[in-house]
Amino acid sequence: MNQPPAVPGAAAPNGAARERDALFTTISGSPVQPVYGPDDVAGGDPARRLAPPGEYPYTRGIHPTMYRGRLWTMRQFAGFGSARQTNARFRYLLEHGQTGLSVAFDVPTLMGFDSDDPKALGEVGVCGVAVDSLADMEVLFDGIPLGDITTSMTINGPAAILWALFLAAAEKQGVPFAQLGGTLQNDCFKEFIAQKCWCFPPRPALRLVVNTIEYATRHLPKWNSVSVSGYHIREAGATAAQELAFTLKDGFTYVEAALAAGLDVDEFAPRLSFFFNAHIDFFEEIAKYRAARRIYARHLREVYKAKNPRSWQLRFHTQTAGCSLTAQQPENNIVRTAIEALAGVLGGTQSLHTNSMDETLALPSDKAVKIALRTQQILAHETNVTHAADPLGGSYYVEALTDRLEREAEEYFREIDARGGVVAGIESGYFQREIHRASYRYQQEVEAKQRIIVGVNEYVEPDEKLEIPILYIDPQVERDQVAALAALRARRDGDLVRRRLAALTAASRDERTNLMPYLLDCARAYATKGEMRHAMGVVFGEHREAPEF
Amino acid sequence: MERKIRVLVAKAGLDGHDRGAKVVAAAFRDAGFEVIYTGLHQTPDQVVEAAVQEDVDVVALSLLSGAHLTLFPAVLEKLREKGAGHVLLTGGGIIPPQDMEALARQGVGRLFGPGSPTAEAVAYIREWCAAHPRTI
Repeated sequence: MNQPPAVPGAAAPNGAARERDALFTTISGSPVQPVYGPDDVAGGDPARRLAPPGEYPYTRGIHPTMYRGRLWTMRQFAGFGSARQTNARFRYLLEHGQTGLSVAFDVPTLMGFDSDDPKALGEVGVCGVAVDSLADMEVLFDGIPLGDITTSMTINGPAAILWALFLAAAEKQGVPFAQLGGTLQNDCFKEFIAQKCWCFPPRPALRLVVNTIEYATRHLPKWNSVSVSGYHIREAGATAAQELAFTLKDGFTYVEAALAAGLDVDEFAPRLSFFFNAHIDFFEEIAKYRAARRIYARHLREVYKAKNPRSWQLRFHTQTAGCSLTAQQPENNIVRTAIEALAGVLGGTQSLHTNSMDETLALPSDKAVKIALRTQQILAHETNVTHAADPLGGSYYVEALTDRLEREAEEYFREIDARGGVVAGIESGYFQREIHRASYRYQQEVEAKQRIIVGVNEYVEPDEKLEIPILYIDPQVERDQVAALAALRARRDGDLVRRRLAALTAASRDERTNLMPYLLDCARAYATKGEMRHAMGVVFGEHREAPEF
Repeated sequence: MERKIRVLVAKAGLDGHDRGAKVVAAAFRDAGFEVIYTGLHQTPDQVVEAAVQEDVDVVALSLLSGAHLTLFPAVLEKLREKGAGHVLLTGGGIIPPQDMEALARQGVGRLFGPGSPTAEAVAYIREWCAAHPRTI
């Protein structure tokens, strides 16, 4: 920057070729050299240094043949309105070739409030499906055999509550817990750091995570108990290095908490998984996934002394970056999403969600959802990028980026440790401030046109008319949900509900008690999620974040 | 000395998306406004109470949860109830254009969708405040 204006076609004084007046950094702000060679890669020729795919430390992927063995799972996140409406969307997705379900809950559910809570006003069924009790779970999975598909649930603060409702629904379908496959997001830390849909303060929230890990380890061997998520951290404005470092550090903290609770690392670590963003900076993203696998494997083997190679392997879901999409010329988002999805695939993801082009405007329409799914199918079946594992392995640039992200993550680990760890970092607002700084810097770069976003600050069409259909949620959904909840409260055995909630409160007071069996008993009695939240909340208290900017 | 423009940046409802609100708050501060940020999960009553207590010129409400058709009118109505009808209610987030028009008809100021430069919001607030000088 600040170079004298170059004469077109002339060479710069140092003999280097003239460069465009552009910001040659990654989207995270890291400088990028004009070209990379063997000297830029630690330890010399990467081809000799890297273990093959399927071998520790898994930089090149966790399976020897990657997608030749099995394609990634195409898992589109869906949920809106009532359980009945979302059930219909699930059936639609399964009919169109989707291979797993992913439930999006509405905001009141994400925070554990019932649909008739005054705080839920106007938000019921809007951003996802409203689920208040076992009765809604039964409808949500009506006609969908829970033993035959895998179900991912994006729920965190009240994850243990929603999981109990789900397990009770599976029980009613007659499916044994041991047959259930799926993932609970269950990552309370990133709620405090980024997504901000918390239920309880960090310390009791961590206890609930450990309770679910323990319960899954004992009763649901095919269930992924936590999906440690960088996605939301990135969406909140973090850089690639922050996403990588904060997410892995969160994961290590869960491992340490489970170890402290007396679990064996090789019993639970194989069921931990991760969830990363696929942003628009193509090579940086691929390097991020490769660095994540290497760092994780090393920590699990060397620090936490896991013996089972499954414990060392970082498995992850990827979602393309919602924050990279534009409300302007929304059809362009199809292209952005395709490129981001390709980065996820070249980075070796185990499952993928591709965003729909209209998501910066509202919930996606059926047509937009179908194009997003088709994007994955084109990548999987037409491009042949699936034929060779880690096709960019050995690229000087990608290897140098991988090394750099690894170094940056290790620097963040030291900083977080110096601040007393993840919980202390949350309580002092450290993560939130770091992310806010990065997001503000990025916004300033965009406004200064140092970063060009097509249709937003360049190639703008001021008279653009919106031509894509928008899905609206009928406010009747909220009224119906509230009425159904009142009917449920009247029809169930109120004494039984009260007794089970009282037992949950009592169990909450003893830190050594696993709350899952108590939550399941409440769910079976048709206690609502808000009642369960309250029963624990009287013991756990509330979380408040200092408003900083 | 000229009074600085006072803006309350607010998050209402359960929506936890605060990236935009905080970026806008920082941009307003850097533009020389006095900025108060409510933090997350405020009810319309809490937003209005803060607006009145802080004697702001502008409330900038951020919403990405789809609850804008409920929460903007609620804040507007309560501002008027509390005798703060002179305060500009503006904001931004994921709000479809047709909803922006509907809210404008109810008296909500300009709303800024994804991709809007913060400079545009700064200019809008400056112009609005210049056109609506405080009488007290």
